[in-house]
Amino acid sequence: MQKIGVFVCWCGSNIAGTVDVEAVAEAMKTVPGVVFSTHYQYMCSAAGQKLIADAIHEHHLDGIVVASCSPRMHENTFRKTAEAAGLNPYMVEIANIREQCSWIHKDKEEGTAKAIVLAKAAVAKLLHNKPLTAGTSAVTKRCLVIGGGIAGIQTALDVADAGYEVDIVEQRPTIGGRMAQLDKTFPTLDCSACILTPKMVEAAQNEKINIISYAKVEKVDGFVGNFRATIRKKARCVDETKCTGCSLYMNKCPSKKGKDEFNMEMNNRPAIYIPFAQAIPNVAVIDPEQCVKLKTGKCGLCQKVCTAGAIDYTQQDELMEREYGAIVVATGFKPIDPSPLNEYGYAENADVITSLELERLMNAAGPTKGTLLRPSDLKHPHEIVFIQCVGSRCDENTKRGKPYCSKICCMYTAKHAMLIRDKYPDTKVHVFYIDVRTPGKNFDEFYRRAVEQYGVDYIKGMVGKVAREGDKLMVRGSDLISNQQVEIAADLVVLATAIEPDPSARSIGTMLTASMDTNDFFTEAHAKLRPVESPTAGIFLSGVAQGPKDVPETVAQASAAAAKVIGLLAKDHLVTNPCVAGSDELLCNGCSQCEKVCPYGAITYVDKEVRGPGVREVRRVAQVNPAVCQGCGACTVTCPSGAMDLKGFTNQQIMAEVDAICL
Amino acid sequence: MIYSYYPGCTLKDRAKQMDIYARKCADVLGIALKELPEWQCCGAVYPAASDEIAPRLSAVRALMNTEEGKLVTMCSACHHVLKRTNFDWNRDENFRQKANNYMKPETPYDGSVEVIHFLELLRDEIGFDALKEKVVNPLTGRKIGAFYGCLLLRPGKVLAFDDPENPSIIEDFIRALGAEPVRYPYRNECCGAYVALENKACAEMQVERALNSAVAAGCEELITACPLCMYNLVENATAHKLPVSYFTELLAEALGVKEG
Repeated sequence: MQKIGVFVCWCGSNIAGTVDVEAVAEAMKTVPGVVFSTHYQYMCSAAGQKLIADAIHEHHLDGIVVASCSPRMHENTFRKTAEAAGLNPYMVEIANIREQCSWIHKDKEEGTAKAIVLAKAAVAKLLHNKPLTAGTSAVTKRCLVIGGGIAGIQTALDVADAGYEVDIVEQRPTIGGRMAQLDKTFPTLDCSACILTPKMVEAAQNEKINIISYAKVEKVDGFVGNFRATIRKKARCVDETKCTGCSLYMNKCPSKKGKDEFNMEMNNRPAIYIPFAQAIPNVAVIDPEQCVKLKTGKCGLCQKVCTAGAIDYTQQDELMEREYGAIVVATGFKPIDPSPLNEYGYAENADVITSLELERLMNAAGPTKGTLLRPSDLKHPHEIVFIQCVGSRCDENTKRGKPYCSKICCMYTAKHAMLIRDKYPDTKVHVFYIDVRTPGKNFDEFYRRAVEQYGVDYIKGMVGKVAREGDKLMVRGSDLISNQQVEIAADLVVLATAIEPDPSARSIGTMLTASMDTNDFFTEAHAKLRPVESPTAGIFLSGVAQGPKDVPETVAQASAAAAKVIGLLAKDHLVTNPCVAGSDELLCNGCSQCEKVCPYGAITYVDKEVRGPGVREVRRVAQVNPAVCQGCGACTVTCPSGAMDLKGFTNQQIMAEVDAICL
Repeated sequence: MIYSYYPGCTLKDRAKQMDIYARKCADVLGIALKELPEWQCCGAVYPAASDEIAPRLSAVRALMNTEEGKLVTMCSACHHVLKRTNFDWNRDENFRQKANNYMKPETPYDGSVEVIHFLELLRDEIGFDALKEKVVNPLTGRKIGAFYGCLLLRPGKVLAFDDPENPSIIEDFIRALGAEPVRYPYRNECCGAYVALENKACAEMQVERALNSAVAAGCEELITACPLCMYNLVENATAHKLPVSYFTELLAEALGVKEG
């Protein structure tokens, strides 16, 4: 018989408030196998851990049950305590009497009875525990960053700075992301390109960083420290090694109908183009949807003018396989399409635009060369209405927008309003808002400057209708402070549209088995304490992929993610989880069902000579790669012959727990 | 196909032609509109307070007396009250209990009736494509604007009729009849409604805004499904004026059962 010690934690009043901890400790003394049982105020404290270590020595315990909080909180703590006291760390079981008992019950008597049952189940399981030893796996010292916006660039720079190789995979022909499209940045109003492009150049020149643009990650397998990714580099039809970025072809290309994505499709571009002047790589790309040569076989003008001989219409997509130790998701965002929010008339009126479109209209490299002209008639607007929270903070039941606050809109709207008042003092600017949210360093001062110094008219209330009347847009809304309906005849209406994760995020999340919330933002491992890691080991989060953020916050998070990546890549070996599946070759009949359910591809089949009592033959049997297995248990419940079992959670252990609760 | 039919008071008096032509068109389309026996006024205005039970009782009686499963309405206001009361009945236990306590019906209403507007019947049961084929007198070349008003569309979730901010059902209807629908931004606004009694200037302002916007967009005539909108659009028109008719009149013209 094993000698088991039981340690019941009060967790202050968290457990002791609804569970009679003394009664639990007392009741456990009578359970077969238990030789010691006690209770203490904070078992996780240094004193509590010492109490456990002393008891292990004094009573020669060979297994312990800690009845406390969820194993997600302190299982590791107590395993370390046990290990330090000479016990195998897998001879520790946690009975969760907090999340699964005291916090959800009010009646102390019932709570106590349930806590006793849970502790008994843990003892029953522990009686079948076997000491387990963790193995190790090597770490590939290279990092994959998915997305080349400011988040991805910053993470890559920091990881490369520590001496590790980084690949940035960017789906567009250039890195730079959304920040490259911005005109100015708040709250300092410095030019976005001026602070971003040096970083882009730095990334390009860093010999540890490899930029793979116009590409996407197609497949990822493996596990922390040992990922293998398949990357599809789309055919550019331009040889990256030869192209000099000269732009000679621009006027030759007969196709002029491609929409300029960089300028929010407000103007056209040729079929062969470089997205913007400071693009990196500064290499042209041919849009296969628009190129006359690719569509009809006749043309080839760009090839004729290209002195570098870089144009290659026969170029094919290229597949590359690379190995990585860590993967950073920096997939960023896009503004929502406000067309379905019909009250704002975005689809029907050219002069109702989004804030990102306004950024391009105000930018010197934009479609109007930086002069603010409204799209319909290219006249200077004299009265402009901004509408905030378009598609943000919506009632989830209405399905008309996003339930969350997009966080950046209050500040960029104040920025736009201020810049317009500064450059065009003859322009009246109104802003409709629900709340103005400006909590950030120098943010509220910035907003107040817009109101107090620049005379921007802030109206608390929302807009119910935007309708064209002649060449004006009649904006009708409510002013909740004066409790009146207001109507403004505007020349231009700007919608501060909600932001949502880039559409590529969902498939990348699935590929990486990295969990996402209902809005397709990546979920962090702990909302407060592990904000830059995905719950899936080896996957890290950078930028808006995790939730709405502005530039400084994105950069901070990007560096934080890089620190985590460096911490991982600095290790030569990782300790693997010994709680992995294994197949009993005598029982396995090679049916392949476990292979089909394994989400990690850890199971393979081998022909093996099986020798057992009365058996000697060659059979096809399942084999588990312990380095790849994550211990999810899917195979054990699927196996029809009971051959598959999970160490640390064997069928025998689970049944013993069930029996302890039910019998 | 037989449908229960709730005409409503106005359709027996000021808006007779909406009712008359609806019935004529129904004959042509092979639909039997079976008028509810002894129906009462719908209550006219849906109460703003959620604990007001009495104003909704007559609507419950209409629903209770519907035998055909679907109750067809014609007037926007009746449709609004009946549909919302039906919605409440299926979701608000308190309302159901109090209404039953008061009315003491032999068998309480089971909530199974579906209230549909005649326009919904045309769109969802007959289909605008099939309707187009029945047209003998296509209204080619006529530029017609729809005036939806507010009651037909809102609250959008309850009425589930069309997008309240950018509706298209009447435009699709106009197109099916061979005419050219003209969209204008103020087609889904309030006509001024009962405010006309207390503050005529306010109703005139609402109507002028709608008519001005319709004329600017190129409308030559308007159609509506609401007697109250009809009243305001005609009686409170000031600077701009447009001929207004009920949608059933237009339908009758196209189907050849009314002189143009």
